Amino acid sequence: MENLLQQLLNGVTWGSIYALIALGYTMVYGVLRLINFAHGEVYMMGAMTGYYAAHWLGFAGEPSLLGLVAVLTASMAVCGLLGALIERVAYRPLRGAGRLAPLITAIGVSLLLQNSGQLVFGADPKFFPPLLRSREVFGAGEVAVSNIQLTVLATAILLMGALQYIVQRTRFGRAMRAVSYDAPAAALMGVPVDRVISGTFVLGSMLAAAAGILVGLSNPKIDPLMGLMPGLKAFVAAVLGGIGSVPGAMVGGLLLGVIETLVTGYLSSTYRDAIAFVILVVILLYRPTGLFGAPQTEKV
Amino acid sequence: MRGALRAAVCVVSLALGALACSGGKSGGDVIVVGHVASMTGDTATFGRSADQGMRMAIEELNAAGGVLGKKLELVTEDDRSVTEEARTAAQKLLQRDHVVALLGEVASSRSLAAAPEAQRAKVPMISPGSTNPKVTEVGDYVFRACFIDPFQGAVMARFAMNELHAKRLAILFDFKQDYSVGLAEFFRDTVRKNGGEIVADERYTSGDIEFRAQLTTIRAANPDAIFVPGYYTELGLIAKQARELGVNVPLLGGDGWDSEKTLEIGGDAVEGYFFSTHYAADSDNPRVQEFVKRFAAKYGATPDAMAALGYDTAGILADSLKRAGTTDGAKLRDAIAATSGFDGVTGKISIDPNRNARKDAVVLQIRGGKFHYYRTVSAE
Repeated sequence: MENLLQQLLNGVTWGSIYALIALGYTMVYGVLRLINFAHGEVYMMGAMTGYYAAHWLGFAGEPSLLGLVAVLTASMAVCGLLGALIERVAYRPLRGAGRLAPLITAIGVSLLLQNSGQLVFGADPKFFPPLLRSREVFGAGEVAVSNIQLTVLATAILLMGALQYIVQRTRFGRAMRAVSYDAPAAALMGVPVDRVISGTFVLGSMLAAAAGILVGLSNPKIDPLMGLMPGLKAFVAAVLGGIGSVPGAMVGGLLLGVIETLVTGYLSSTYRDAIAFVILVVILLYRPTGLFGAPQTEKV
Repeated sequence: MRGALRAAVCVVSLALGALACSGGKSGGDVIVVGHVASMTGDTATFGRSADQGMRMAIEELNAAGGVLGKKLELVTEDDRSVTEEARTAAQKLLQRDHVVALLGEVASSRSLAAAPEAQRAKVPMISPGSTNPKVTEVGDYVFRACFIDPFQGAVMARFAMNELHAKRLAILFDFKQDYSVGLAEFFRDTVRKNGGEIVADERYTSGDIEFRAQLTTIRAANPDAIFVPGYYTELGLIAKQARELGVNVPLLGGDGWDSEKTLEIGGDAVEGYFFSTHYAADSDNPRVQEFVKRFAAKYGATPDAMAALGYDTAGILADSLKRAGTTDGAKLRDAIAATSGFDGVTGKISIDPNRNARKDAVVLQIRGGKFHYYRTVSAE
C-alpha cells in the first residue's frame, strides 16, 4: 500500500512535466488547428537556457530558492520570445495554406532546432546544476517525499492555476477563446487574431520552458535531443485529455505519468514507452475527442 | 544521353582512381591505425579517454623510433555513442583510410556492430574495453585487451556476498546494452550458485532519466545491496534518485562506472559505493605511477581505466607488429593471438585461445569524491 502511494507520487510528479508540455500543444491546436511538433524542442531549449542562465547568473555553485526563481524566469522569458519567433517566421506566412503545409513546417522547425542544438550546445549530455539541495521533507512509513518532488509539483500547479486564470478571467483569455471558437468571426468583431495567436505561442512556450527547468531539477541530465520523446508523449497526453481542451491536457499529462510509472513499477520498464502509444491508438479508435473533448466543451 | 555518358565515365575513372590509391596510405612511411570511438554522446568519456591513452602510447613509440622503421599514425572516427554509427565508422576507416588494424570500441554493443566489418576485411581489431563475451566470438580477427563479463560479474557477486555479507541482492540493469545485460546475467548466476537470493530484478533503457518507479519497487524488496551494471550517465541519476527515496544500501557496479563523470553527476550520492574495473590510478605499482605521472603532464588529468586500456591496446598492437615484422593482416593476427605476458599498465596481459585477455580485476571504492583502490581479484 505504501509502495503504491510512493509510486502514485512518483507518477504525478513525472506526469506534471508532461502536463506542462501538453498545455502548449493543446492551446496552439485550439487557436490554429495545428499540431506544433516543434514544441518538444522548445522544452529542450528551456532546459538549455536554464543551464546557461544558472552558470552566467552565478547560481550553479550553491543551491538557493532565489536561484531557482531567477533561472525559471529567465528561461520562460527566452522561450516565450522563441515561441513568438517560431510562429512569426515558420507558421504565419503559411496562414490559410491548408493544414498539411504548416504541419510539415513544424516538423522542419523541430529538426532545425534539434540539429542546430547539437551544433551549438554539443551532442554531449549536460548536467543541470543542482538549484536545490535534495532532502526528504517528510517520510510517512515507507513513503518518502523530497523537497525536489514538492517543488516540481507546486510549480506545475501554480503555473496551471495561472494559466487557467488567464484563459478564463482576462481580456486576452477571452480573445483566445473567441479565436478558438471562430477565428474569422472574432476578426470581424475586432479581435486582433494575429496578436492573439502570437500570445498563445508565447504562453505555451513559457510553460514548456518551465517543464524543462523542472526536469533539470529532478532528473538533471539534458541534451539537444531530449525533447523528442517527451514531446511525443505530451502530444499523446494532449490527445488523451482531448486536444484543444486546457483541463484535458492537465489531466491527460498527469494520467500518462501515473500510468507509465505504474507500468514500470509493477510490470516492466520495457513496456513503458509502448504504453503511451497504445493509449494513443485506443483513444483515436474509440474516443477521438479524448476525455474532455466533447464538441460543445469550450476550446482554447 | 551525353550527360549520362559523361557521368558514367566520371564514375569509372573515380573507381579506377580509388583502386590505384588503395593501400597507398599505409604503404608510405607511416602505418595507419584506425580508432572507432565515442568521442561525443552519452558515453563520450570512454572514447576520449581511450583515444588519449592510445595517442600517448603512439607518441612514445614514435619518439623511440616507431615500428618496423615507420611512424604509427592514429585516425579516429567518432560514432557519437550510437550503435549503428560504429559500423559506419569502421567501414570508413577500412575503406577510406585502409588501416592496418582497427582499435575500439569500448561499449560492447558498438564493438559488436563494428567487428563484422573488420572480420570481413581480414583486418585485426582490438577492443580496449568491451567486456561482453560475444564480441570476440564474431571471428578470429577480433581481440580484446580486457577481461570478460563472466569474470567481472562473478567478482562483484562474490564481493557483495563475502565482503559486504549481503544475502538479498537487487539488480537494476540497462536492457539495451549487451554489456549491462551480460553482467547482470553472470552476477545473477553467481549469486544463486552461492546460496544468495535475487529479490528484485528491474531494468531501464539507455537515455532514461526517470528511475523512481524501479527504485521504489527495489526498495520494497528490501535488499542488502543493489547491482547497477550500467554506464556512468544513468548511474549518477540512479544514485541521486535512490538517495532521495531513502535507499541507503550500497550500489555496486562494473567498469562502466569508471569515468570522472560518475563523480561529477553523482556527487555526494555515489559516496561509499563499489565497482570492479581494470586498474587503479592510486596503485603503488611503479609502472602505473609512471604512466599516471606522464598522462597528467600531457593532459592535466588522472587517467581512468579506459585511458589505461587504450594505452595498453596500442602497446599490444605495436608489440605484435614488431613480432609479425609486417603489416599483413593474417600475419599480424597470428602475432596478436600469440601475445603472452605483455607488461601493460593494466597488468600482465596474455591473449587466450578465445582472443580474450587474461588478467586481474580491481575493486575500487568511491570515498571523498575520489576513486580509491580497495582490492585486487586474481584471474585464476
